[in-house]
Amino acid sequence: MNVTQATRLVAEREIRVKLRDRTFLFGTLFFLLIAAAGTILPPLFAGGPSTVAVTESLAAPLRAAGLEVRVVSDDRAAEQAVRDDDADAAVVTGPAVLAMDDAPDDVVRALSTQPTVRLLDPDAVDPVVAFLVPFVFAFVFFITSQTFGVQIAQSVIEEKQTRIVEILVAAVPVRALLAGKVVAGAILAFAQIALIALVAVLGLQIGDSGGLLSLLAPAIGWFVPFFLIGFVLLAAMWAAAGALANRQEDIAAVSTPVQLAVMLPFFAVIFLNDNATAMRVLSYLPFSSPTAMPLRLFTGDAAGWEPIVSLVLLVLAAGAFLLAGARVYEGSLLRTNGRTSLRTAWRERETIG
Amino acid sequence: MTRTLRLDGVDRSFGDRQVLRNVSFEVSAGRMTGFVGANGAGKTTTMRIILGVLAPDAGEVSWGGATLTRQDRRRFGYMPEERGLYPKMTTREQVAYLGRLHGLDAAAARRSTDALLDRVGLGERGDDLLETLSLGNQQRAQIAAALVHDPEVLVLDEPFSGLDPLAVETVVAVLRERASAGAPVLFSSHQLDVVERLCDDLVIIGDGVIRAAGSRQQLRDSYTVPRFELVVEHDAGWVRDHPGVTVVELDGARVVFDLPAGTDEQPVLRAALARGPVRAFRPVSPSLTEIFREVTQ
Repeated sequence: MNVTQATRLVAEREIRVKLRDRTFLFGTLFFLLIAAAGTILPPLFAGGPSTVAVTESLAAPLRAAGLEVRVVSDDRAAEQAVRDDDADAAVVTGPAVLAMDDAPDDVVRALSTQPTVRLLDPDAVDPVVAFLVPFVFAFVFFITSQTFGVQIAQSVIEEKQTRIVEILVAAVPVRALLAGKVVAGAILAFAQIALIALVAVLGLQIGDSGGLLSLLAPAIGWFVPFFLIGFVLLAAMWAAAGALANRQEDIAAVSTPVQLAVMLPFFAVIFLNDNATAMRVLSYLPFSSPTAMPLRLFTGDAAGWEPIVSLVLLVLAAGAFLLAGARVYEGSLLRTNGRTSLRTAWRERETIG
Repeated sequence: MTRTLRLDGVDRSFGDRQVLRNVSFEVSAGRMTGFVGANGAGKTTTMRIILGVLAPDAGEVSWGGATLTRQDRRRFGYMPEERGLYPKMTTREQVAYLGRLHGLDAAAARRSTDALLDRVGLGERGDDLLETLSLGNQQRAQIAAALVHDPEVLVLDEPFSGLDPLAVETVVAVLRERASAGAPVLFSSHQLDVVERLCDDLVIIGDGVIRAAGSRQQLRDSYTVPRFELVVEHDAGWVRDHPGVTVVELDGARVVFDLPAGTDEQPVLRAALARGPVRAFRPVSPSLTEIFREVTQ
């Protein structure tokens, strides 16, 4: 049996245990509900076209605009229909639009002449969407790497705390243990996101917001590799942090640097996402590039070669952190008396490997 | 084929504290080798080095004449001193998982797990989560975990600590089975009476140095002065005055005494017979505790 086979066995166990974990299952279900609700409900609440009470003489342009027209005998009857809640709005001689407490945009539009609009920068994104998308990307990466990162650390500590690690290390290379956990974490995280994304896409289609989807597609396409490699980078740090601890209670203390590495880029991307220079820098830094680069692609600020360069940088960083993480992991895995300092773990390679 | 596990000149330090000094001994095929020493003498470190969990600073562990590799070690069964399995997995599942990590395919791991759980008396509880088992049953699960891949060599650190007497008998039976099937079995224990009852060979370590190693009988022969027990009809106090005799214990008609090495014991017997009937006269083998005390002093 080689390292790859051992890695697979370790990863399989991690996944199997996780799939039976109720907290994990309910968490996933919760996210799915949010994704479905967030995409399907808003269009539903927006409701259908307004009902307009109007005399026959003024009805033509409203019918043409596809509004639901209720013909009434005179303006007084039209106003009464609105007051009685038989219609959302009324159009009376003037023409004037009557409504209870909310100006009916679709009725106003049907009666106005709109100037021709020529977009000079057709890629420019709706400001609301432009605000939401960075938040969603950063949030997804933040939440997932945090949740699954902590789980990797916990799984490492569990093996240390129960001492089973000694049997494991005697049977398989330490590297395979580390790799199996990182791989399992990445697969679970990715599967969870993919499932949520699938529900969100279906929701957008049911809610008839398909236009947003085609706008998001390239950014999402790039988000996938960035996400995966960024996750591996953080997972290596989480595993090393877990190996430094000795009890589950120590996890907060040992994982502070990792928490910062997740949190700072998250806030940087959230708060600086309309600062082009800051975003350019963030889109190349390994910890923030998984969210910052897909975002610049989404807003159309990045040239075609930029994500490739950034991705290469991220791969190099992930490789370096995996090696460093493996070294710390090997140096501290069998030290079961209290917390191990990073220095000691780095210097002392206990096992044969 | 009989193969021997050998340690040659193994050194190991932790920081500036040297815990093993030039440790060399053999574990022969088909023999139960007891490994005894006080707490902190280096037993666990030695076993971890055999399993490759720790690297030696110097020296070598060999198996069948060749340096031990990771592939060889995967065929070893190991029970660490500090016990532990996954609390949230069933016994059956994790024993099978450990079998697979040791190179068994899925079907073989399942078969071997089922057979072993029955063997150690856990067949009924195999599908319970480990954390729900009693401590004794968790120990049995640990033994199954060490044996699931039908190991060629067994290295067990304190296999009997924490076991109830019934479980001790089960473990002893399983270990004997493995030894008679030709596997070298190395086990440490500080319960010297258990070691004495079980082992064929003995390795005694003190302060990181091997103090004695060899078959139990050899050690007995070489590590004590000739000692005899004599029971006569009346008072045996006269033995004190016999030339060369050192009395160890005198209790009325019964006396235990040492003679200088190489001295003939028959003159004492003749002197006793000259005084009256002799009820018993026999050499006394030193107990392991006595040997242990002597070599680690």
